[in-house]
Amino acid sequence: MQPFKTLTAKAAYLPISNIDTDMLVPKQYLKTVKRSGLGRVLFAEQRYDADGAPRPDFVLNKNPDVQILMAGENFGCGSSREHAPWALADFGIRVIIAPSFADIFYNNCFKNGILPLRLRAQEIEELRAKDMPITVDLENQRVTQGRLSFQFEIQPSCKEALLEGLDEIEKVLKLKGEIEAFERKHFEEQPWLGTFHA
Amino acid sequence: MPKTLYDKIWKQHVVHDFGDGSVLLYIDRHLVHEVTSPQAFEGLSVAGRKMWRHESVLATCDHDVPTTDRSAPISDPEAKLQIETLDENCRAYELRYYGMDDKRQGVVHVMGAEQGFTLPGITLVCGDSHTSTHGALGALAFGIGTSEIEHVFATQTLVARKSRNMRVMVDGALQLGVGAKDLVLALIAQIGIGGGTECVIEYQGEAVENLSMEGRMTLCNMTIEAGARAGLIAPDEKTFAWLKGLPLAPGHEHWEKAVAYWKTLRSDSDALFDNEVRIDASKIEPYVTWGTNPEMGAPISATVPDVAKEADPIKRQSRLKALEYIGLKPGTPLDGIPVDKIFIGSCTNGRLQDLREAAAIVKGRKIAPTVKLALVVPGSGVVKELAEREGLDKIFKEAGFEWREPGCSMCLAMNPDKLLPGERCASTSNRNFEGRQGYGGRTHLVSPMMAAAAAIKGCITDVRKML
Repeated sequence: MQPFKTLTAKAAYLPISNIDTDMLVPKQYLKTVKRSGLGRVLFAEQRYDADGAPRPDFVLNKNPDVQILMAGENFGCGSSREHAPWALADFGIRVIIAPSFADIFYNNCFKNGILPLRLRAQEIEELRAKDMPITVDLENQRVTQGRLSFQFEIQPSCKEALLEGLDEIEKVLKLKGEIEAFERKHFEEQPWLGTFHA
Repeated sequence: MPKTLYDKIWKQHVVHDFGDGSVLLYIDRHLVHEVTSPQAFEGLSVAGRKMWRHESVLATCDHDVPTTDRSAPISDPEAKLQIETLDENCRAYELRYYGMDDKRQGVVHVMGAEQGFTLPGITLVCGDSHTSTHGALGALAFGIGTSEIEHVFATQTLVARKSRNMRVMVDGALQLGVGAKDLVLALIAQIGIGGGTECVIEYQGEAVENLSMEGRMTLCNMTIEAGARAGLIAPDEKTFAWLKGLPLAPGHEHWEKAVAYWKTLRSDSDALFDNEVRIDASKIEPYVTWGTNPEMGAPISATVPDVAKEADPIKRQSRLKALEYIGLKPGTPLDGIPVDKIFIGSCTNGRLQDLREAAAIVKGRKIAPTVKLALVVPGSGVVKELAEREGLDKIFKEAGFEWREPGCSMCLAMNPDKLLPGERCASTSNRNFEGRQGYGGRTHLVSPMMAAAAAIKGCITDVRKML
C-alpha cells in the first residue's frame, strides 16, 4: 500500500451530508472482479448525464486534479463496498475531510492509502472559503491553509498503518502462534464451533 | 464491573490487545457472496497465502443472480463472470457453497440464519453492510470491506476498535398492522442515519421480546441504516427454538452445553450504556419513507414535510434535493401517493413470516390495474419451498404478483429487476438512495404488509384499514 505522510493539494467541496457509497460508486459498476479502473465511475450519476457526457458544473469535472475532498457529515454511509475507496484512490483522492464518517467506509479507507480526516463543520467552512491548496500533515495531525491551522484526532494504529503503508496481514501473521493458541482454547470451551453437524 | 452483551462477546474474542485502543479480534464465521469477494480471493492468491480455516466460510450467490427461470443462462456477461469466479474460488478453497443450482441458495443473510450458521455469542462477518441482521440471534455480526475479507481469510481475525454501547428500549406493544419494519423506520427517523455511528445497538424491551425471529432480523438488519456497527438482541427461548435442528447448528451431542452457554449471553441488569433511546411501541404507526435516505420517513397519517423550514443549511439542501428527486411536494399526504411497482423481498423482508404477513393482506384481492409490476422474491430457496408448501405462491399469483426465484433482486437492482427513470415503488427493502432500485427510480420503504396494501390499492395506503 502507498504510504501517506504529507500532502499539499487542491481540494474540492461537496456541500452534501450523508454521501453514501451508492452515490460514490453506483451498483452497475460493482460487477467487476478487479480493483482497478474505478476512478472514471466515481460519482458517476452526478458526474455524467444520461448520455454519459460529463456535466460541466459538477465539482470533480471542474477540478479533475484535486486530491482532497471535503464534504458534510456521515460520509460513506450505506453499503460496505470497498469499490468506493478504490474509485476515490483511482481518481487520485488521498484525503477526505468531513465532520464524521460511516464506520465501514472509514476502515476501508485505511486499507487503500486514503486518510479520512475529521474536522468540525465550521473548520471545513473556513477551509472552503479560501480557494487555496491545503496541506495535510499526518505525522503532526495538522491541516493548514495559509494562516489557518487545525489539529485532528486519529487512532494510533490507523496513523501508523498509513505512515508506513504497511501490510496489515503480514503484521498480524507474526502473531500466528497466539491466534492458534486462542483458537484451541476457544473451541475447547465451545466445541460446537469447531465442528459442523451436517 | 457489570457488562453489556456486546462487552461480553467482544471480550470472549480478543486474541491480542495492541494497547493503543485496537485489538486482534477472532472471527468465528464468515459469509461470502459474489460481489465483494473476488478481489479478496485474488489478493490471497497473489500473496501466496493459505486460507486459515475454510470451514468457517459459507458462500452463496445473491446480488447478481437473475430471479427468472434458473435453467436459462445468465444474459449479463459481467454478472456471469462474477458468479463463475465465485464458483471457481469456492472449489479451489473447498468452501461450503450454495450456488445457483442449490435449493439452499439465497440472500446471504437469509440463508446464513436459516441454515444455523449464525449462532448466539459468535463473531460473524461478511462483505456486506447488512450483516448486522445476524445480531437478532445474539451474534456480534458486522459488515466489512474486501481488504478485511482477505484479512479474515488469511488470519481468521480482524484488527478492530471497540464501539460504544447504545441501548434502544422499546416499551409497550406494537399495534395490529404495525411490525418490526415500521419500528425500525420510526427509530431511524428519530435518531437519524448517523444516529448510531460508532455504536453497537442492543435492543431490549417488551416489544422486542415479542417480535418473531424474523421481525428481530428485520430490526437488526436496518440497524446499519442508523449508522451503527451492529445490532444485538439477547438470545432467548425463541432463538433456541429457531436454531434447534437446523443443518449447521450444534447437534444433539453439544446442544445442552451450547444452550447453557447461550443463556449467559445477556447484558447485566446494572450494565452501563453510553447512550440510550426509549420508544413507545404502541404509538408507532405504519411508516413510509418520503425521501432519499432511510431517516426521511414519517407515519402513514403524515404529509410530506416542508423541508424549506429545516434550520441546518446542509440538511435543508439535502432534503430539498431529495424532494426534487422523489417528485413530491411538501404537504402531500403520504396516504394516496400512487405507485408503479411493488417489491417484496430482500435481506430485510424476504423471510417466510414476511411473506405470510403480505399474503394475508393480498388473499382474495387483485393488484390495482395501474400497478405495472408486483414482485415477490423469496429470500432463499428454503423460504420459497416453505411458502409454496403453505400455498402462499398461489395467493400472490392469483392476485397478479410475479413469484420469482431467490436473490437480492430489486433491492439494489444489480440483476435485471429494476425501476425505470421516474417509476415509483413501494419496496420492503432497506435503502431509498437515489438510483438504488434503478437509475431515476423512486423508492418508498415500507413493511411487507404495507407493500401488499399498496399493490392492491395502487398507492401508498394505511394497511390497518385493510385488516
